[in-house]
Amino acid sequence: MAGGRWFSRWPVLRQLKGEDGRSDAARSARTDALRPRTEEADSVARSVCPYCAVGCGQLVYVKDGRVSQIEGDPDSPISRGRLCPKGSASKQLVTHPGRQTHVLYRRPYGTEWERLDLGAAMEMIAERVLRTRKDTWQQTHEGKVVRRTLGIAGLGGATLDNEENYLMKKLYTALGAIQVENQARI
Amino acid sequence: MAECHPVGFQWVVEARARGAKVFHVDPRFTRTSALADRHLPIRAGSDIVLLGALINHVLANELDFREYVLAYTNAAALVSEDFRDTEDLDGLFSGFDPETRTYDPSSWSYESTGEQAPGETLEGGLHHAKAAGADRYGSGGAAAHPSPPKDPTLRHPRCVYQILRRHFARYTPELVERLCGIPPEDFAELADAITANSGRERTTAWVYSVGWTQHTVGAQYIRTAAILQLLLGNMGRPGGGILALRGHASIQGSTDIPTLFNILPGYLAMPHAHRHENLDDYLEREGGETGFWGNRRSYLVSLLKAWWGEAATEENDFCFGHLPRLTGDHGHYTTVMGQIDGTVKGYFVVGENPAVGSSGGRAQRLGLANLDWLVVRDLTLVETATFWKDGPELETGEMRTEDIATEVFFLPAASHVEKEGTFTNTQRLLQWREKALDPVGDCRSDLWFYYHLGRLLRERLTGDEIDRPLRELTWDYPEEGEHRDPSAAAVLREINGVGPDGRALSSSTQLRPDGSTACGCWIYCGVYAGEVNHAARRRPGREQTPVAPEWGWAWPANRRILYNRASADPEGRPWSERKAYVWWDAERGEWTGHDVPDFERNKPPDYVPPEGARAEAALAGTDPFIMQSDGKGWLYVPAGLADGPLPAHYEPHESPVRNPLYGRQSNPARRIYARRESPYNPPGSPRFPYVLTTYRLTEHHTAGAMSRPLAYLAELQPELFCEVSPELAAELGLVNGGWATIVTSRTVIEARVLVTGRVRPLRIQGRTVHQVGLPYHWGWGGGGLVTGDVTNDLLPLVLDPNVYIQESKAVTCDVRPGRRPRGRAALDLLEVYRHD
Repeated sequence: MAGGRWFSRWPVLRQLKGEDGRSDAARSARTDALRPRTEEADSVARSVCPYCAVGCGQLVYVKDGRVSQIEGDPDSPISRGRLCPKGSASKQLVTHPGRQTHVLYRRPYGTEWERLDLGAAMEMIAERVLRTRKDTWQQTHEGKVVRRTLGIAGLGGATLDNEENYLMKKLYTALGAIQVENQARI
Repeated sequence: MAECHPVGFQWVVEARARGAKVFHVDPRFTRTSALADRHLPIRAGSDIVLLGALINHVLANELDFREYVLAYTNAAALVSEDFRDTEDLDGLFSGFDPETRTYDPSSWSYESTGEQAPGETLEGGLHHAKAAGADRYGSGGAAAHPSPPKDPTLRHPRCVYQILRRHFARYTPELVERLCGIPPEDFAELADAITANSGRERTTAWVYSVGWTQHTVGAQYIRTAAILQLLLGNMGRPGGGILALRGHASIQGSTDIPTLFNILPGYLAMPHAHRHENLDDYLEREGGETGFWGNRRSYLVSLLKAWWGEAATEENDFCFGHLPRLTGDHGHYTTVMGQIDGTVKGYFVVGENPAVGSSGGRAQRLGLANLDWLVVRDLTLVETATFWKDGPELETGEMRTEDIATEVFFLPAASHVEKEGTFTNTQRLLQWREKALDPVGDCRSDLWFYYHLGRLLRERLTGDEIDRPLRELTWDYPEEGEHRDPSAAAVLREINGVGPDGRALSSSTQLRPDGSTACGCWIYCGVYAGEVNHAARRRPGREQTPVAPEWGWAWPANRRILYNRASADPEGRPWSERKAYVWWDAERGEWTGHDVPDFERNKPPDYVPPEGARAEAALAGTDPFIMQSDGKGWLYVPAGLADGPLPAHYEPHESPVRNPLYGRQSNPARRIYARRESPYNPPGSPRFPYVLTTYRLTEHHTAGAMSRPLAYLAELQPELFCEVSPELAAELGLVNGGWATIVTSRTVIEARVLVTGRVRPLRIQGRTVHQVGLPYHWGWGGGGLVTGDVTNDLLPLVLDPNVYIQESKAVTCDVRPGRRPRGRAALDLLEVYRHD
């Protein structure tokens, strides 16, 4: 009888009968039916933890267009599948509700944020870059050609990709902006 | 390491299980100490005394690895008669100009060979008459003569070895006890362990993080460790080295392909207005002709070709004139002063949060409030984006939202799983991340932002001459997907470089000075060899040797240990079977081993450079340090440092202790801002009697924008606290779990009190010195589920003169029981501290 088998497999009973509660006797039918989220993922991407510079391998599981799990990559010779508390929590980093998904704008002397279209923001920023550059252009300094602006500066974090840093440095340099800095100095 | 690089620390634990002895030198007892054989509490800011005493121990007892030292370092080189040491000048090296507080390094050079006129040596003289510094050199640094006069017996009083002996003679175990607070028996245990575990059969490694760099003598801390490791023969060998554990996923990459003012990709210096009018000036004055930096024309011309393509020709100096010129320090803190002064009008802050993450946050926010426009790109609304709405200066009444003219654009960023690209980790390893999914809403990668910003700027260009570099810039990356993302792989391929046939190059040795090759970063050349993205390689570690060469790609040339030629003896044989790594195979006429040799593959150990040879051909088969102009490890630095050829102990800018070694209390060349936005605590001030040091916790990341919004992490470490010893708590009436107020000249903050034996009072110069520890992960907003006062606001703006890093690991403070005053009352309290 099915009910009888359920009863005899009931973990509490098995443990009372002296089986080891830290081992098989902790398993129920429900436990056995559980499947890891990672098995049901639609896709998995090989990634790298974004916190410190150890560079632990991460496997990023995606289900229905959302990140469903992030785990350590056992193949990585650096981390061998392990992640620290931050790396283990990084699913929250990419899915937490506090993440901003809209462009926000604060006008001069404004007291509140306003919504702004991304395309419009890009146009406005481009306009300000060119205006400030023109207004603050130094062709010479102390008799020497410098062809630069001290009016525009940039500060980047050290979680940016190499490719991103490369385009940043290339663009700033072509613009004549030299005050380009990074967390790496801080 | 266990706190901040926990997964990396597994290897230390494993090494210890296999018999390695682990020492942990730290002001606090941490999770690292718990797993070490020995914890040595040290007074923050005194490490050069400890390391210097270890050097003295090695030299006085002749415990150096003599064969290594003679063959691979500059120990035998003779130094100029004009050189004077800190021992002679009471804490100054020769060449100091008290007006400008800078050194003229000419007198530090090697003894002249007679080939050059005096004062015109490569490493001194006119080329480098002004002191070194972050704005003066790329990492090519200054050149030294490839073959200075030498005394292989090491007895000449002016040979580097003897200079070192005299210089470090006063760094004794007694001094270590007096200044560091480490008893002689503990010092002896450490000294015995590192010398017993160095030599042919064994190696010792030193591991550091910003506890060594964030000082006004930061670069010299690392230099001291380098001297010790070279003397013990621990460089370029497995299990050796000085390992910098860096704190951000691609902070190594951020210096390799820098968003730093003073360098171009691959550590080439940015040109300077007064020294580099044209390409030839630049190449002549930046580095030597010998060693691999001798090929810098190939590296720079290839970079210019990558950026300006067809427009860059031999006739126009390959568009060298398109590069803007430096005229001094344009670093982060100087830029902030420029914001306050109104010269800097527009500011891009990308994945960074200076309003709480940089030292002296008030100055940062005063700068932000004086901009015309500010663009912030991040995952959450970091404090740098919201300072006008909720910054601490609103509470004190120093700012009013309605008065702040700054126009702010906040653009949400894509996360690390929503874009593809490479991080470079702390071991120089590039690892490609696949994209898991598209970002939502307006979130975009920074690659997207800068590509499209560049595109929009280029659409608006005029015929104006100032627009020419932008007009001629190569900026045609393939676009992918509905958001028109530029191809990160195409950018990486441009960084790798292409040859005359348009195919990806496989090695930086293929780069040419004639414009026939293009390469965005010469040290990354090879990452795309054979049109394959080697950073994406993922052969499982268990299927490889421990070196794991087929996981990712390390620069340069996929070498995992730098300068590994030194793992073999001068004849090319492993120093020992145990430590075999790379060796010379005479039969096949090539270097071979477990790693890619960091040496020309077919250069035999008995190679002697012919007269007049240049670049790598000028280095002998026994010169492992191939980036140096003489191929040697530098125990003594004849040029290239701003504050001396040898490390000397100076007290931190703010210290409760007098420097007993020299008449100079602090690094005479340190960079100070004489401004009211950056007041300092006077040294030895009874108002600020305690040493303050700052640090990270395992559960948080930097200023908290990537950790405080995460529920798990916020719950694990919910509140800012200060660690104090039971003795200090009793003295001040601090109660565990209660509140403390911490004061410096900059600001006043509050934190929960953690009374713990993990921080011990130290006996320094016969009196008790208390240290106070503060993590710095909190801020008032940033989307954090938990918030708190800003620790970094307490810190002064005072910098190391070589790299312009701030001193944030050893400053002074006062501590009071209870919560801090609010509003105007906080400013009143500060006034009392500043003027009393």
